[in-house]
Amino acid sequence: MSVARAKEHDAIVVGAGHNGLVAACYLARAGLKVLVLERNGYIGGAAVSRRLYRDFTYSNCSYVCSLLRPEIIRTLDLPRFGLQIIPYEGGCTMMRNGDHLAIYDNHDALRREIARHSKRDAEAYDRYSRDVMRQCKFIKPLLMRTPPDPASFRPRDIRELLFLARRFHGLGEERMYDTLRFWTMSAADFLDEYFESEIVKAHFAGSSIIGTALGPRSPGSAYVLLHHYMGDIDDTVGAWGFARGGMGAVSNALGASLQASGGEIRSSAPVAQILVRGGRAAGVMLADGEEIAAPLVLSNLDVRRTFLKTMSAGDLPDEFLRQVRNFKIRGSSGKLNIALDGLPRFPAIPEGSPCTRGDMHVTDTLEMMERAYDDWKDGRWSRAPYIDMLIPSQIDPTMAPYGKHYMSVFVQYCPYELADGAWTDAKRQAFGDTVIDTIARHSPNFKDLILHAEIRTPWDIENEVGLTEGNIFQGELTMDQLLFNRPLPGYAQYRAPVRGVYLCGSSTHPGGGVIGAPGANAARAVLDDLGRAH
Amino acid sequence: MPVTDPSASHFKEPLLKTPFHERVRALCEVDSYVPWAGYTTVDVFTSVEHEYFAIRNAATLYDLTPMVKYRISGRDAPAYLNRLVTRDIAKLGRDRVAYCVWCNDAGHIIDDGTVFRLGDAQFQLCTAMRQIDWLLASAIGFDVEIEEVTERIAALALQGPTSCAVLKAAGIDGIDGLKPFEIGRFTLGLAPITVSRTGFTGDLGYELWMTPEAAEPVWDALMAAGRARGIRAIGSQALNIARIEAGFISPNVDFVSAEHSLRVGRDRSPLELGLEWLVDFDKGHFTGRRALLAERRRGPRRRLVGLDVAGTKPAHNALVYSSRTGKREIGSVTSAVWSPTCKRNIALAMVDAPYFAMGSTVWVDIYLNRELVWERRMMQAGVVERAFFAPARRRSTPPADF
Repeated sequence: MSVARAKEHDAIVVGAGHNGLVAACYLARAGLKVLVLERNGYIGGAAVSRRLYRDFTYSNCSYVCSLLRPEIIRTLDLPRFGLQIIPYEGGCTMMRNGDHLAIYDNHDALRREIARHSKRDAEAYDRYSRDVMRQCKFIKPLLMRTPPDPASFRPRDIRELLFLARRFHGLGEERMYDTLRFWTMSAADFLDEYFESEIVKAHFAGSSIIGTALGPRSPGSAYVLLHHYMGDIDDTVGAWGFARGGMGAVSNALGASLQASGGEIRSSAPVAQILVRGGRAAGVMLADGEEIAAPLVLSNLDVRRTFLKTMSAGDLPDEFLRQVRNFKIRGSSGKLNIALDGLPRFPAIPEGSPCTRGDMHVTDTLEMMERAYDDWKDGRWSRAPYIDMLIPSQIDPTMAPYGKHYMSVFVQYCPYELADGAWTDAKRQAFGDTVIDTIARHSPNFKDLILHAEIRTPWDIENEVGLTEGNIFQGELTMDQLLFNRPLPGYAQYRAPVRGVYLCGSSTHPGGGVIGAPGANAARAVLDDLGRAH
Repeated sequence: MPVTDPSASHFKEPLLKTPFHERVRALCEVDSYVPWAGYTTVDVFTSVEHEYFAIRNAATLYDLTPMVKYRISGRDAPAYLNRLVTRDIAKLGRDRVAYCVWCNDAGHIIDDGTVFRLGDAQFQLCTAMRQIDWLLASAIGFDVEIEEVTERIAALALQGPTSCAVLKAAGIDGIDGLKPFEIGRFTLGLAPITVSRTGFTGDLGYELWMTPEAAEPVWDALMAAGRARGIRAIGSQALNIARIEAGFISPNVDFVSAEHSLRVGRDRSPLELGLEWLVDFDKGHFTGRRALLAERRRGPRRRLVGLDVAGTKPAHNALVYSSRTGKREIGSVTSAVWSPTCKRNIALAMVDAPYFAMGSTVWVDIYLNRELVWERRMMQAGVVERAFFAPARRRSTPPADF
């Protein structure tokens, strides 16, 4: 053991995902000696940029950015460490009949575009935006706060509960009802209250299913839609953008910020066990048997992986473990990363339209989306999957060689376990072909342009990134697993039932989507327990 | 693969052009345009000052086409409108116009606009903002047809003391018999036009409604007839001065529609906007009635009033205070301008109870940029009626020639 490794650490963070890094940054800035341990040879977890084929850069898990809290970007000085976020220029859904719905930044162009499909929907869109924004305004101040434990009578919990109650009451009677409905209803029911056109509903329903083992008609999916709206870029609420250089730029900036604050990162250092001695955290043991001592351990792993695979059952309460086992964290998404020899043509889209410089989709009805979900329930990937397809290299010149393009294709739905047995290379290829055929139906030259394609099933994502079942949010975003119920009732304050052990990943409030808030909130809980300022 | 719908290429040119576009473009010397309800419209033609004085001294043409227009017809159209707006539409005679507001159930204003009764069950509703979503949602249970006809009707505002004389010179016989808020049907040259004695200037004036094909000939005829009577094309900036002088409110400036507001407490009721004269509690049920009755009993929490501000610098974006010390904020200015006709420094302001009482004194902070150095001035302001300028000529029938 080298001298450097033998030095005292105040805290160990297990996993160099973006939340682990955010938590480490806040602790290091408060003066703690922090060590981040990452099992892969690179940092970032699911926020990574990787070169898997020649000079192409793949954002090979998460691929776009919006929710990362601006407070975190500022406090940790991430732009100084290279983070740049550039907004999309549009979006679209291509239809089976050859038409399309485009989304434009310009309000008048957008109104006229929606009006092509329904004049009424073009105006209902303003009401829809208003209601979504009203809910965002309610929820945003809650993101960077530790949820209260409603069953506790500690002053902090009562204070926090009062804060929540005041915010809720401040909504006014009518909006309080709206909030309760919004958090529990289905995206389809929600959208039906605004729109009449199938294509308009299908386009906006997309964000209600991304990463979620729910269909657009499942109760609870409306909240997932909101979850994707509560970010902003430069104060434009709901805007999404590309991290220049891919999503790894987020993690790399966090890593550099951490090192500038004196934190340490070790990659290729898989943690096998969180050590508990005398009922409190003692450090960790790596897969090769090396032990590293520290009185505080923060786990960036999801709640299932942390407590079921990285801690001894003997160190944990029985009922707690049973709840952990029941935590919903289902694999439902796949991903294709494709290197292209040129820009694919999409005949449905008018020449020169900026709507391809954003998120592109091909699911044109809610029915089609729900059927895609039915396939998942039956244990197979969707035969007509919902895809969230982007070509970041149109905007970010660093992603592909000049004239070539990188395409990121997020695929919903793809099961973790197939009904007909385990994933095989042949099945993975068949899944990839389904997606490629889906795209090719809307782009005649697409197949000819493919130079390389990385196909990732939930099983691959779990094995590479460590996310249980490859669930991108580290757990479903349903009411029973949100706010003071996330990850588990009574354990929503980032503290594990073992003193000195904390959760800092997206399994905790406010959930996944590269928000960074779980990491920041967990660090604050640690510093509170130490009696330190933050 | 199918060919893309050509109408889908609006992203190249998101704003529409009105049927008067070629005419106004030719006159727009300073190239100052502003988007309005999806159209590109002129903000300034030559000089705001000269355009403004033409409104108060001669005659002006303003392209009103982007005003959103709805045709409302069908057996239940009168009942539908009577439930929608706060005024009693049953009392609105044929060929008459009524300025109206409509509210949601909470008594908060969705928008204001004008209702034209073109027949027993034939109406035109003109609004600043698009409303089809609200109008259709309100139509449940009524036998009524609602159709947006904005693109099918070209519209011009002809306003100013010589406007009647201009119409007479253009050959419109009988125009001088048209009373305020009355609608008449005439021909100008070969084109049939509908004229209403309405406007947004608080002065003598008319609004002319025609087919898009008639737009250019009508424009040309009016400009020719008005040449000796000082006619000019005006942009939105000049009109804005006139509308503040008249005490008229503008959506998204003096109030936010309850259909768009995000924050609690930003919605406004007709009582708060000083429009109780538009609310007819005796006509039977209308949307927002219960909430407005309760508000009337309680008294409004705030009110949009006129301010007569000391000094000459407009109180743009100013906060309103109860005293010179500025310790207590009691509201904010929504519109402000130096009135060239009244020679007063006027403003519209939303002021909290009880400070909005007529005749009371409030204070506003005005920031002045004096050669790049900002200075703050606390100025006294008197609470006054909003109609700062209301000349008798706006109502006299027949109107004088100037």
